[in-house]
Amino acid sequence: MSSGNGSTTSQVTVSIDGHEVTVPLGQTILAACTAAGVDTPTICWAPNLTPVNVCRVCVVELEGSRTLVPACSRPAEDGMQISTDSERVRHSRRMVLEFLDSANDLSQATEITAWSQHYGADAGRYGSAVNDAAEVEISQVDDPVRIQDDLYIRAYDRCVLCYKCVEACGDDAQHTFAIAVAGRGFDARIRTEYDVELPESACVYCGNCVAVCPTGALQFRTEFDLRAVGEWRPDDQTVTRTVCSYCGVGCNLELHTQDDQIVKVTSPADHSVTSGHLCIKGRFGWQYVHAPAFEPPAADTSASEGPSPDNTGS
Amino acid sequence: MADLHFSDAEPTASERRAVLAALSVTSERDGAVVFEHPRVVRAGMQRRRQLRHQLLPALHALQREAGWISPGGLNFVGRTLGVPPAEAYGVATFYEMFRTEAPAHELSVRHVCVDPICALAGAAPLAEHLRSQGHAVHEGPCLGQCERAPATFIQGRREPDRVPADGSGPDSLLVSLTATTPEAPSLLRHMIGRDRDHSDPVSIQVYRERGGGAALDAALRLGTDEVIAQVTAAGLSGRGGAAFPTGIKWRAVADGDGPKHVVANIDESEPGTFKDRLLCELDPLAIIESIAVAGLTVGAEHGWIYIRGEYPLATQRLRHAIAQARSAGWLGDDAAGSGQPFDIELRRGAGAYICGEETALFNSLEGFRGEPRNKPPFPTTHGLFGRPTVVNNPETLLNVNEILRIGPEAYRSVGTEGSPGTKLFCLSGHVGRPGLYEAPFGVSLGELLELAGGVQGTLAAVLLGGAAGSFVGPDAEALPLSLEDTRAAGTTLGSGPVMVFNDTADMSAVIERLAKFFRDESCGQCVPCRVGTVRQHELVTQIRRAGSPTEPQRELLGDIADAMGDASICGLGHTAASAVLSGMRLGLLEAQES
Repeated sequence: MSSGNGSTTSQVTVSIDGHEVTVPLGQTILAACTAAGVDTPTICWAPNLTPVNVCRVCVVELEGSRTLVPACSRPAEDGMQISTDSERVRHSRRMVLEFLDSANDLSQATEITAWSQHYGADAGRYGSAVNDAAEVEISQVDDPVRIQDDLYIRAYDRCVLCYKCVEACGDDAQHTFAIAVAGRGFDARIRTEYDVELPESACVYCGNCVAVCPTGALQFRTEFDLRAVGEWRPDDQTVTRTVCSYCGVGCNLELHTQDDQIVKVTSPADHSVTSGHLCIKGRFGWQYVHAPAFEPPAADTSASEGPSPDNTGS
Repeated sequence: MADLHFSDAEPTASERRAVLAALSVTSERDGAVVFEHPRVVRAGMQRRRQLRHQLLPALHALQREAGWISPGGLNFVGRTLGVPPAEAYGVATFYEMFRTEAPAHELSVRHVCVDPICALAGAAPLAEHLRSQGHAVHEGPCLGQCERAPATFIQGRREPDRVPADGSGPDSLLVSLTATTPEAPSLLRHMIGRDRDHSDPVSIQVYRERGGGAALDAALRLGTDEVIAQVTAAGLSGRGGAAFPTGIKWRAVADGDGPKHVVANIDESEPGTFKDRLLCELDPLAIIESIAVAGLTVGAEHGWIYIRGEYPLATQRLRHAIAQARSAGWLGDDAAGSGQPFDIELRRGAGAYICGEETALFNSLEGFRGEPRNKPPFPTTHGLFGRPTVVNNPETLLNVNEILRIGPEAYRSVGTEGSPGTKLFCLSGHVGRPGLYEAPFGVSLGELLELAGGVQGTLAAVLLGGAAGSFVGPDAEALPLSLEDTRAAGTTLGSGPVMVFNDTADMSAVIERLAKFFRDESCGQCVPCRVGTVRQHELVTQIRRAGSPTEPQRELLGDIADAMGDASICGLGHTAASAVLSGMRLGLLEAQES
């Protein structure tokens, strides 16, 4: 198929809410929405990961389709008529957000809660307010926070099962496969095999899972500890872009600093070298920056006059 | 996938033996399905799949040997097949039949179905009785034996799985099988009718003597285009519930390039459905023949059977039938003298309703979690191992045999204009003779109930289409059971279950159980279904306790249903509210008097 205006097959033209927009062949409906200036909520989608289309918050109405379709993964095809703000779309988006809010602690998922407000999601509808007479437990994702090392924590009561961490750990970035979805249905959780502690698992502490987590379920230990004492202040943080000094690859780093201390390291998702992903050194190997500057102690002055014991045998 | 990390846990010698024995069965076909391709849903992901598709058989072997999937056993399987332990664990925890914690006993496990028909027939007291006898009991979803409720299935520990009701040989199966209607001269009569010798259902001699093999001969004589033309002209549509035109599906796959697959979907897990089990138990060679017809017609080299793990007798007979078909030359490098290679491999599911969904089935068969893929792309272009794939259930495939035998015109002379042919109906619950019935499309619900010995007591409601279907009331007896008439009436035939409830049944309990079923069987991948099925179940429970739904509760159930129906990935979520809503509209959620 080619579009009516005779454009080449390398481009497709779709209608988004009545406005025609042309995008390169192979781009998704989401990309077309963005090109048309339409803001689309996403949770499981990220620019540096393959779409898994599981959260369903990006659904749009496609003329001719019985059900709504996920914008994040559905390729745009010439002539598609798409509605992004119909009653059906708003309803499903609202319900997805409401469902998540009713099941998870979203207190640190600011983007999601902003969309919840936008769509009028009301998680209170599932509580006892609906029917006080019958006491039925409203299931929630309840999982104690896992603190198993000094680098990051896992608080799965905040996990909305977006699969991003699994993808980043697996095929999309790290190829470590330390975690996967285990269990089924509402009881499905992100797990290592038999839920062994992270240091015993295949985890290599690249932190790429933490970087893509949209809800704070995975969190750098620095952030977790600062939040625990009420000292996490994103508005007071500055971001400095630099290049990782450990090897010659040239990964760009974003050093997030608060009170002149590095509190988090990320990499831009659109960076040509990293696509947002780092290794353990770039991600966590910054403590030396805060080490006190080297001042030779007085006693060393005399030692330097002769060969040190370590050097004698060389 | 080079540097996989495993713990120090080692398998026991018996675990190692069990896994290797399970894998050696398929070793001859190793390499037959070596493809590397972009994963369909998560496009762009390269996954090496040479060995991974043997994960499910390996896990079955561990479970049977040790009673659970131990860390040492999992490590051994992971190392052997190149599967990361976290992913293998994710797969093992997906299925009802696998445990990942050590059992406190050495016993085989007795599964007791607690879904509506078996519950009515006394599943709870049966489970209690079995426990009191010292058995290990697992209460779970439908076992596909609704005609002989309450159903049990024994998952063997160091012994083969078995179904106690199968014990007395093939004749006992015929109790389940009741005659076709006089005007329905096809599948049941010709393939598995009472007039035939059932003493040896896997004897290829017996099968040939009664005309078996004719469909394969006809398919080879007619060739791809003519077979598909006849199937299309006959108006055959899929019998699994979606009613997709079979001819269109086969045409698309026949037109595809490269390696292709045919999959017989025998994972029927819809509560109330047991037809494919009976077809496979009573005429396994016809199923094998029909798969070969499909394979040779669309040019597939690989045939697969994915069968419920809870169907040991059907599995045993299909395996035997495959061996017979190989020795008769129907399968092999020159299948049935066609000049084309075609062979069939059988895989057992492990207890997951969702794996009857075709794309979930593919993932399960490939050794991944049985999570459905987003469609499009469709299986006709991106199916098993990412290749063009025909996936049909046995009833549909046997209809092709029938079309090739009698021709499309004769085939169309039965049924309705919009729904040609016959349909297998699984009658269960409060009817005189629960069992499998074949009737022309368009038979009225009342006629079908009469055929099954009539309703016992006063009819309260009929659940058409199983858990994914919908309730109709006693006034629906005149409803013609065709695709178009049920659709117009806002209900569905689904895969053919007809579950009958009289006025002694606690209908609100039935509905609560159906809601629980979806909560338990949702794979958990997409939010609308993962959370929606839970909230729906909670609401139904609240309503039941209160005695009747309030207006906000009705509205909320509707809101949940709309979101699940519109935004879920697959058919499970799309239909998860159907029975609940239809039941509520019929007033079945209201507390009953007396």
